[in-house]
Formats: sequence, C-alpha cells, structure tokens
Amino acid sequence: MGDAGGLVTSPDLLSVAGAAPPEPTTENHWLQVALAHKGISRRRFLGFASAMTALLALPAAMTPQIVNALETKKKPVVVWLEFQDCAGNTESMLRSSNPPIADIVLDALSLEYHETIMAGAGAAAEKVLSDHVAAGDIDILIVEGSIPTADGGVYCTIAGKTALQHLQEAAAASKLVIAVGACAWDGGFPRLGPTGAVGVGDVIGNKPLINLGGCPHNVANTTATIVHYLTFNSAPALDQYNRPLFAYGHLIHDQCERRANFDAGRFVEAWGDEGHRNGWCLYKMGCKGPQATYNCPIVRWNSGTSWPIGAGHGCIACASPRFWERMTPFYGRLPDVKMFGVDANAQTIGLGAIGVVSVATAVHAGSVIARKARGRRKAAVAPDGTVHPTPEPTPEPIPAAPSDGTGTSA
Amino acid sequence: MANVVIDPVTRIEGHLRIEAQVDGGKVSKAWSSGTMFRGMELILQGRDPREAWIWAQRICGVCTTVHAHTSVYAVENALGIEIPPNARLIRNLIAGAQHIQDHVIHFYHLHALDWVDVTGALKADPAATAKLAQSISTYGRSSETQFAAVKARVQKLVDSGQLSLMASGYWGHPAYLLPPEVDLLAVSHYLDALEWQREVIKIHSVLGGKNPHLQTYLVGGMASAVDPNSPNVINWERLAFIQERIKMMRAFVTDVYKPDVLAIAPLYKDWFGIGAGHKNYLSYGALQDGLQNDQAKFGFQRGIIANGDLTKVLPFDQQKVTEAIAHSYYTYTGSDTALHPYDGQTNPKYTGPTPPYESLNLGDSDQYSWLKAPRYDGMPMEVGPLARMLVAYGSGNTAVKGLVDGALHALGDVPAAALFSTLGRVAARMLETVYLLDLMDGWLAQLMTNMENGDLTIHDGSKWDPSTWPAEAEGWGFHEAPRGALGHWVKIKDQKIVNYQAVVPSTWNAGPRDEKGQTGPYEASLEGTPVADPTRPLELLRTIHSFDPCLACAVHVVDAKGQERVRVEVR
Ligand code: SF4
Ligand code: SF4
Repeated sequence: MGDAGGLVTSPDLLSVAGAAPPEPTTENHWLQVALAHKGISRRRFLGFASAMTALLALPAAMTPQIVNALETKKKPVVVWLEFQDCAGNTESMLRSSNPPIADIVLDALSLEYHETIMAGAGAAAEKVLSDHVAAGDIDILIVEGSIPTADGGVYCTIAGKTALQHLQEAAAASKLVIAVGACAWDGGFPRLGPTGAVGVGDVIGNKPLINLGGCPHNVANTTATIVHYLTFNSAPALDQYNRPLFAYGHLIHDQCERRANFDAGRFVEAWGDEGHRNGWCLYKMGCKGPQATYNCPIVRWNSGTSWPIGAGHGCIACASPRFWERMTPFYGRLPDVKMFGVDANAQTIGLGAIGVVSVATAVHAGSVIARKARGRRKAAVAPDGTVHPTPEPTPEPIPAAPSDGTGTSA
Repeated sequence: MANVVIDPVTRIEGHLRIEAQVDGGKVSKAWSSGTMFRGMELILQGRDPREAWIWAQRICGVCTTVHAHTSVYAVENALGIEIPPNARLIRNLIAGAQHIQDHVIHFYHLHALDWVDVTGALKADPAATAKLAQSISTYGRSSETQFAAVKARVQKLVDSGQLSLMASGYWGHPAYLLPPEVDLLAVSHYLDALEWQREVIKIHSVLGGKNPHLQTYLVGGMASAVDPNSPNVINWERLAFIQERIKMMRAFVTDVYKPDVLAIAPLYKDWFGIGAGHKNYLSYGALQDGLQNDQAKFGFQRGIIANGDLTKVLPFDQQKVTEAIAHSYYTYTGSDTALHPYDGQTNPKYTGPTPPYESLNLGDSDQYSWLKAPRYDGMPMEVGPLARMLVAYGSGNTAVKGLVDGALHALGDVPAAALFSTLGRVAARMLETVYLLDLMDGWLAQLMTNMENGDLTIHDGSKWDPSTWPAEAEGWGFHEAPRGALGHWVKIKDQKIVNYQAVVPSTWNAGPRDEKGQTGPYEASLEGTPVADPTRPLELLRTIHSFDPCLACAVHVVDAKGQERVRVEVR
C-alpha cells in the first residue's frame, strides 16, 4: 500500500482506459481465478492469502493452510436475504476488490439467491430459494436488514411470506448464518420505529451466527470471515456479540491517525478552521472514536482509500451496539474520555494536554510510529454496550454470552 | 383480477410486487405494491436537525448520498443558510459521481439481463464479436482473446452446474432478440462494469470518507476540509486522484456504455413504442451552480412536461405536491384527503391479506401498497432521467438538446416522441450520464481555482449553534436523485425536528392508485405491454426495470407517535 497525501491507494489501480481488469481464465480454483491478473495470478493469490492471514490476526505460518483450503474447496452455496434494508450492505459487497466482486459471485461462491443482483425474478427466483430450503444445503446464509415482528410480520413480505418465515426456514437449512450491517445485527434504526424490528440473533434460536455490524458492513471483514470459515470450518474468535475480534476488538481511538493530536490537545474547534485543515482531532466535534470498536481506521473503505475521520468528520460508532440510540446526538461530545490514565471530561479535555507533550515536530513525523508503539489495546464491550479499554496484557477473547438472544458462536 | 404476479421483483433495490391482468397476450391492468415498511420519519422527530442527514441517508444505500444531500439542504433552507461555494462544488462532485456510477450499474447489472440472454453468449464467435466491438468503439478490451476468455468463463459456469446468480433467468425466452455476438459483448461489459464501478466510486471515499453512506455532510457545508498544501485533507494529490477517476468515468461512458445502448436499442425498436404511461414528467431541478434557489444556474432544469407536449415546460411549485393514501396502508387523522408534505402524516394501518398470501386485495376500494401516491396538482407524474432530459430539452438546454437530437438520429431518425417509452428511459439515462461528464470536469476545475486563490472555506458556521435559530422554522430541500425528483420537508421547533417528510422518486413512480382511481406511473406504463408467456413475464420486467426502482426509498414514512429513546453515552 502506498501513501499518497494520506490516501492509501492500491498498488495496481485499475485504469479502464489503459490496462485493465483481470483477464478471466479457465483455471478451476476460485481464488486463483479471483486474483488472476495476467501472468502474476499465483503471486497475487498468495498475496491475498497472506493479507487475509494478517487481517485475521493469525500467525503467518497459517498462510499455507488458507491457500490449501481455498484452492481445494468446492463452491459453497450462499443465499443472501434482504428484509428491512437499504441495500447498503449489498452495495458494500459490490465494492469488494480483493477478491473482485465478479470473482466472488461467479467463481468463488455460488451465490444462488440475492434479490438485488440475481437474474431470475418472481416465481423462478422463489423456486431457487425453496429448493435450497427443502434440500437443507445452504452453506452460508447472509442476512441484510432487520426483521419486523409486530402485527404478524406485515411490514415486510416477499412472495407473500413474512420476513420472519423466510429467515427461520432458510436458517434451518443453513450451516452458518452471517448478519451483515447494523440492522441485521441488532435491529438497527428500524428498532426505533413501530414495526417490532429485531436482529437475526433474536429469532433464529441456537443456529451458529456471526454478526458483522457496521452501517454498512465493511466487505473486507466479511470476506475475511468467510475465508476463515472455509479454511478452518469454524468462525474466527468472537466476542459476546458474536462479532469477530479481529475486526471489532480494538478501539477506533487507539488506531486513529489523529490520535497524536488528541494526546497533544490539538482539536478541531470549528468546521474548516486551521485545525480541521491540518487534520487535528475531531473529539470536540462529536467524534465517537473513543467509545467505538472497529478496524475501520486500518481496513478503511473502498479498497483502503479513506475513512470518515480521514475525510474530516467524526466517527459515529456505526459498528457499536445500538449506536443509533447510544451514540446520539452525534454532534454531542463524549464525556469522560481517559487521557494518559487520568479522567478528563468534555469540559477539561484539551486544556491540560498541550503543555505536557512537546509535539510541535514530533506529531507529524511520528504519528505512525507513535501509533505502533502504543499498540492496539483490546477493548471489552460490556453487556450494556459501553466500551472499556483494558490495559495490557490483552485479555482472552470473551466467550459467547449465554442465551441473551444473540445466538451462539459458530 | 390479476393473473400474473411477480414477487419479488428482483434486480431492484427493495421489495416490490407487481400484479397484472393479461388478456389476449397484453397487459390490461397492473398493480404496483411496495411490501416493506420501516418508519424513518417518526424516528427523526425530536432530534437535532443537524444530524437528520445521517439518519435520512439510511433511507437508501443504493442511492446513498442523495438523502443526506437533500436533508442538509432542507435544514439550510429552513434556517436561511447559503453554503460556501466549495461546499456546493464538493456536494455536486459527490452527486455527479453517484449518478454516473449508479446509471452504469443500473444498465449492466440491473437491467441488461432483460435484453441480453447470457446463454446466448455461448453460441457467439469471439472473432466476430471482436469485429463488432471494434466497429462501434475504440474501447481497449475488445480483442478476440478477451471475448474468448469471457465465453470460456460463462461456459465454465454452466458446466459447473452451479449457475450462481444466473441460475433462474428466463434464458431462451422468445422475447430475447439479440445475436449471440451482442450477448457476448454485453456479458463482457457486465464484468468490466463491475470492476469499473468500485474504482470510480473512490471519489466518494476521498470526499465522503466511505461509500456507501458517506459521512462528511454538515448543515452549513461539508466536513471535508480543503487545503492544497496540507497532507491530511483534500489537497492537490487527492484532487488529482479524483480527476483520474473522472477520466475513467468518461472513458467507460463514452467508449462502452453509450455505444452499447446505441447498438442494442435498434435491435429492440418495438420498445420505443411500449411502456409510455401517463406522459407527465416532473423535474425539481438540481445541481446548483449558484445560490440554492437560483434556477438559472441549475445543472438539471426545473419544470413539468404534461401530456407529452414538449413545446411547453410548465413551472413547478412545491406547494402543489400532495400525497394520497386511498390505496395505501395508512390513515390520516381527520379526513383521508391528500396532504402536502409539511402537514404530512402517516399512520400505518395494514389492511392487506394475512401472510402467507397468494394475491393482494385489488378491489376498487382496497388498499394494496406501503407506498403513498404522490400527485402534482392532482396529477400522477413520472420522475427520473427521462423526465429530466425532457424538461431540459424543452427548456432549451443546448447541451442536452444536442445529445438528445444526436441520439434520435443515431437510432435511425426516430421522432422525439419515441422517448416516451421503455427504451426512451434507457436512452435518457445514458444521455444524462454523458451530459454529467462535462459538469464534473467543470466543478472540479472550479474547486481547484478556488483553492488556488486561497478560498479554503467549506462551512458557514454562523448558524451551527442551535441557540442562534428562530423558535420555529420550516424548509424544503430538493434534489434530482439518480431515480428522480427528491424532496425533504422539515419543520423545526425549539431546536428540534417536529415533522419530517420525504417524498422520493420511487414513490412518485411506483405509487398505487389515488382516490380518483388514477394509476401510478408503473401501473400506467405496464398497460398494453405484450406478454408472450405469462409464466415467464420477461416483458413486464423490462418496463419496470426501465424506471430503476428503489423501494427502500419509496417506503419510509410513519406517524407522529413518539417513542422513548435511551441516551446514556453522550451529552
Ligand atoms: S477522538 Fe476521534 S478523531 Fe480524535 S483521536 Fe480519537 S478517534 Fe481520532
Ligand atoms: S469512522 Fe466510525 S462511523 Fe465511520 S465508518 Fe468507521 S466505524 Fe463507522
């Protein structure tokens, strides 16, 4: 990854005018096809596998195992159901670059049902779904959108059947269920409306479930989760919300490129002011990074191009539990953020810190190093959803909660 | 009685059900039903108007950005804020990129399979395909090797027995008319467009932090700070990155999308005579190049074309917008007459069949949709690229006039009236995409000039503090989303939202009948559509998809009953 003025650009930017998207090949193995750039397919494939190893925070020695598993798998049957959704998670999936989306949906997985992009419609589409439900042969069921449970489920019907009925039938026919996006995970914003909207985990009993929150999900994490599942036949380590720790185990604030400015007490005070133009900390503008876990700052969006704080707006904690309720008002300041092990609150923050660190030269040059040195603190998420950064050493992964309605770990 | 049902209508956003009565091989009546409801507007009540855009953006993730854009304009309109030029330019660049990317995705990934038989590609000769491709375009990926590889890929998919997304298409349907080589060409570009779209949309990640659901709007401007010399914000390097992607847009649109539409459309020329509907077209206008309401500087003109009369563009007045609910699952307190959005209410009241059901209740007084029925001065209106191009054409927009006349000529000198059709929508969407390329270049150039001249303002903060607001205010924000006219109406009292209504493109187009029994645009345009095989109603999909339905947008409304919210973390 190169760094161009703060923008991470992928090394092989596609140029439509010149050369070009990957040439499809007749090779059989899905990820090789997926990564087939002329002549260097094998190298890129191995690159992908080691990138996955890194993202999943696995030891590098695991890479061969991933390679092996991915090269020999048959195409798993995937069904993607949409309920009370905005298709934002589908759009996020369409932005996948590693592997490219065409390779995922044509070569890697057999995406048999996905309303937004499948060729068939109406009865022909429903038959595909009901055949898989009857055969019980769905490898991975991906769900986008919340499930309305009020008033007999009339707030979302597909082919005359309620979302709830569709979900329960399909889940029973699936080995693994993955909820993508805030709505499918915990009901999202529709939870606040009158339709009795709930998340997948609330209605599928003990089915193995992985929750990939975010508004929308970041497809890089979803791909990595699926790769892990296909390689090891198990979910990656999960927290009590059934979220993979590799993606949801670290505070945004601890991984943020503006953190050195926070520590130095350099804050944006007004939109477009000098601090804003210099990329200072957005805490005073309402940033929720200190209370939010996600690997957003590392994975970023759209093939690692940027992320919201990088573009100049605070984090809204879109991957946190019930963030629409707990993180609003979005422009309000988080109280009681810890600095240097001392409690500081919205009023005092920024006052004391400037004098402490002499950063004038160090911040810019050293922010990456500083970030590395600080390491990535694991954060624990309490049942009420608050985040408690914990000091080193990092704790063991939190076991899945018992029957709190979020399902059990895969 | 309906005897053809399509549910789910796929390759759209959201949940749409179409029922139709087919007599003697033609549709005589059709019903359009939205089958999902969430309740966004209730949820907005009582909130800080400055964050409404973050919520409203979640109305739709396909037309992401458009609700954020319209929401901030609505609140700015209410509070009397004019945003700085740089913020306007950044919003326009985001909106233009959204249109261009969305239209290409619509053509190749949502609509093409209604016209292109993927299995037809298996019979194609790659050499002949290359020859054909090279005869219509200079696009680089047009070699025999390229097409042979795509053909092999399709063959492999078929041989695997796991057809994935292609499993349930109406392949072999008699209404597919393309020669195999055109099928193969289109499949190849379907795959290329998948790559292209994720690359060009990086414009959104630079300016908005991410796509979907950009995160840099602000009431009063944008949060994407600009400074040519700062490494951490929008600087020369990032602008160059954007410029590169605008070039990619131009290359793909002019070398692939446009030639493909112009090559495929003549092979289906009957469809220039099918799918017209009411022939009433509405554009709110958008893409301001000056003050919020300076219509002379809109990139998309505002106005109405009624009854297909292109000689007159009628003025538009937002006061004449109403929403009827006679056939929708809602009630109004008081009487059920149509309401203007400022006074809009929506009390959900489902009266449809108990699920699981086989058919909707479609009697004259029955309700059958979660969509309301928007009307302008009591008339149903089609919105979208065709409406915009027609209004611009009728308003004398010379660039649009040149594009439209050129296309009519290229399609075999068809009359302008041919645009009132299913294929007219497809052609207009393409022409609009071409039109936007120059606007994109212009906005980027202006932004660069401003920054060069030292104008680094991106936000007007004079009304950021809610204590500066009047006790009560109301405003409307408008936009032309990829799918058509979009309006948000907001009422603010004591620094909080008291009413919020969005009337969105797909509600205009996909809405049901009104109290007078007037059909909505989908319903009207389906009438007369030929149906060769009622068990495989491919032809209905063509007309429905030509509108580019977006149903999550269309159903988003709810009543005023408050709901207790927990706010523990923030103060
Ligand atoms: S408060 Fe926000 S912007 Fe500041 S360092 Fe933390 S995460 Fe980054
Ligand atoms: S910065 Fe925060 S709100 Fe924004 S996408 Fe990342 S996790 Fe979500």
